[in-house]
Amino acid sequence: MNQDNCFHCGDVCDSDPIFYNEKKFCCNGCKTVYEIFSENDLTCYYDLEVSPGATPKDIEGKYDFLSQENIIEKLTEFNDGKTQIVTLYIPHIHCSSCIWILENLNKLNSGISSSQVNFGKKQVRVTYHTNTTSLKETVCLLSNIGYEPYISLDDFKTGRKQVNRSLIYKLGIAGFAFGNVMFLSFPEYFEVGEFWLEKYKHLFRWLMFFFSLPVVFYAGQDYFISAFKGLRKKLLNIDVPIALGIAVLFLRSSVDIIFDLGSGFFDSLTGLVFFLLLGKFFQQKTYSFLSFERDYKSYFPIAITKIKDGHETPIQVYDIKKGDRLLIRNEELIPADGILISGNAQIDYSFVTGESKTVNKQSGDKLFAGGKQTSGLIEMEALKSVEQSYLTQLWSHDVFNQNKEEHFTTLTNTISKRFTITILSIAIIATSYWLSADASKALNVFTSVLIIACPCAIALAAPFTLGNLLRIFGKMKFYVKNATVIEQLANINTIIFDKTGTITSNKKSTATYEGDILSSSEELLLKNTLRGSNHPLSRALYNILEEHQIITLNHFEEHLGKGIEASYNNEHIKIGSASFVGAKETSVLETNVHISSNNYYKGKFTFYNSYRRGLSKLFNELKKDYDLAILSGDNAGELENLKKLLPSKTKLIFNQKPDDKLEYIKYHQSEGAKVLMVGDGLNDAGALAQSNVGVALSENVNVFSPACDAILDASKFSQLFQFIKASKQAITIIKWSFILSLIYNCIGIYFAVTGQLAPVIAAILMPLSSISIVVFTTVSTNFLGRKLRKKG
Amino acid sequence: MSVIYMLLGISIVVAIIFFIAFIVAVKKGQYDDDYTPSVRMLFEDELVKEQSNSTIKNKKTN
Repeated sequence: MNQDNCFHCGDVCDSDPIFYNEKKFCCNGCKTVYEIFSENDLTCYYDLEVSPGATPKDIEGKYDFLSQENIIEKLTEFNDGKTQIVTLYIPHIHCSSCIWILENLNKLNSGISSSQVNFGKKQVRVTYHTNTTSLKETVCLLSNIGYEPYISLDDFKTGRKQVNRSLIYKLGIAGFAFGNVMFLSFPEYFEVGEFWLEKYKHLFRWLMFFFSLPVVFYAGQDYFISAFKGLRKKLLNIDVPIALGIAVLFLRSSVDIIFDLGSGFFDSLTGLVFFLLLGKFFQQKTYSFLSFERDYKSYFPIAITKIKDGHETPIQVYDIKKGDRLLIRNEELIPADGILISGNAQIDYSFVTGESKTVNKQSGDKLFAGGKQTSGLIEMEALKSVEQSYLTQLWSHDVFNQNKEEHFTTLTNTISKRFTITILSIAIIATSYWLSADASKALNVFTSVLIIACPCAIALAAPFTLGNLLRIFGKMKFYVKNATVIEQLANINTIIFDKTGTITSNKKSTATYEGDILSSSEELLLKNTLRGSNHPLSRALYNILEEHQIITLNHFEEHLGKGIEASYNNEHIKIGSASFVGAKETSVLETNVHISSNNYYKGKFTFYNSYRRGLSKLFNELKKDYDLAILSGDNAGELENLKKLLPSKTKLIFNQKPDDKLEYIKYHQSEGAKVLMVGDGLNDAGALAQSNVGVALSENVNVFSPACDAILDASKFSQLFQFIKASKQAITIIKWSFILSLIYNCIGIYFAVTGQLAPVIAAILMPLSSISIVVFTTVSTNFLGRKLRKKG
Repeated sequence: MSVIYMLLGISIVVAIIFFIAFIVAVKKGQYDDDYTPSVRMLFEDELVKEQSNSTIKNKKTN
């Protein structure tokens, strides 16, 4: 381990680390956590992983609302007055040390009887006794050891989320029945006319019949429901021929065994349902640590402090009324639009716009919901309730209640229409031929065609191709919600990007200096002055400037919201806003930091957005096939820069409100555009929902991103084109699989129309076609994935 | 040859018992989290060691 790193959190220690117990700590917070652990014999925490901890944040008063009965009632999943159980989301959970310490919480607080971690979901489920501890104490304990739970408005709803496991049950039943039926049907295939078999075959057949009952009526019921729904809408979706196949298989087999005509097709029937459900199961790839359904509720706090007659009381954010006086602490979110009354407001709107630089507000300024206060206490007066605020209003738009998939016909359903019509006509023609040739065989032929043509392999092609690609994308940090999204991605023709936070990077910014050249002593003073300031612009500028030796300043003063002032020997420097240093404000569109030395104006640093790496290359790759546009909520300050970087046909549109973005996409869709929207902040939420495919770009996938169809890790931004290309190739693979399965169908139909379809042929042909499709799609998508990785 | 009825009966009963066990396991959420238990399993030894030894352990350097 590097000696300069903090023993607890692994951060680089500043110039004056704290030594305790021969270990180095970057701050008192980390040291305190270590003390807590060592007093309670829990230092094993540090043995499992090196520096696993997080620095605890100051939470004074932040969780007061957790002592309110009605809030406890909503958050806990079990509460009988003595024992309470609560499940908390802790974003910091990241290693085995985390699991270990969180499952040993009972050693830190005897009131906690047990705690269990779900690593994938980053959750801990705590059971505690209310006579010795409380929810607030539990949450404060977690925060004090660096595991601050994230409690948002989203947790605040009655009723537990029900996990839907019915697909696993159905798959289990189908698999169970398939296995047993296979064993029972095998003897008849190989030992025809054997004495003992003749005696017991009726028993075997009826056993198979009973095994297939739950398969048809429970495991397969979704296909009947879906086919019925499709027919009512006059759509021949893929489930229509499947449901028809299942029904005919079951009826024909039952008739066969009742009248002792044959052994029936029960093995094909159960096998068919099992393979189909397997495809469905494989297609579902869920990322337990991600959510694609988030709205503003996941960002907003449950409660906020209200000031009334000089008293501070926590109230639920839904109870905020116009005119309420609210107290916003450091790191707290502004829940409703309002006016700043007092305090130094440095609002970080990065949740909303993706812009990470904080905005300075003066008393009397308007504050918008969704901003995060970053320096000290402020008081504000609410102007609107939570639901009516500028940002949250967006969610009352219809687009959030629509289901995108309903308006999209998948490739499988497109082909199924023609397929069903063809199969039905073949069946009718063959039957009418046999009616004249040999009427006894007519019904046999009709059912045989429907059985053998059951599009099992066609129905499996898309789930296995897209399901596998979903996993490959997931490994490459492109997390797609479901398989349909990949199909939609292959169909787009227009790509729209948000600007701030999407094509620009939050982390790095660049600045240019304009004005009189600074002398070396001035540069030294500037760097050292910036070192003492925590303002985001100071930090950004500090990181850009060259390294200098560290000096101790004679005088240092930070004027909140204006700038900083410092002196060393005879030099005096002022850094900050134009009015602070005594310069004229030049351009309101730019972010400037002005500098004056010894009361003489020197110049200014102008900050530019720094664009993501590979941006130009990506746009040049995309411009051949797609219409490109950039929708920005900002002013046109970056217009010239963008024009230089991007292909000339890219549309650049500025000053777009969240609603404008949504309408822009809607308008283009009405003209036939299939839109891919790439955005990041909550202000893009409407556009992401309206677009055909909404991709949220995220610097850290564990942090929240707005509701979308896919989440792309920011480091993979430049590979967007490769992902789209891979989706298109996946569609080609599906088409080839269709051809392959149609060949199998032709062979099967030959047996069927000639009246030779014996159960054993169906029993061979059906699994063979299904398995070969699965193998073909898996191998070719893996090949695709390998090509993708090579480029990445 | 009525033994075959018994054998069939027993084999199906056994199969159904296992099937019910599977359904119960799914219902109780045993398949919901497939990572944490694998890590938790390895902690048992550490816990015992920890209780018998009350002095602060030196950190492992690696």
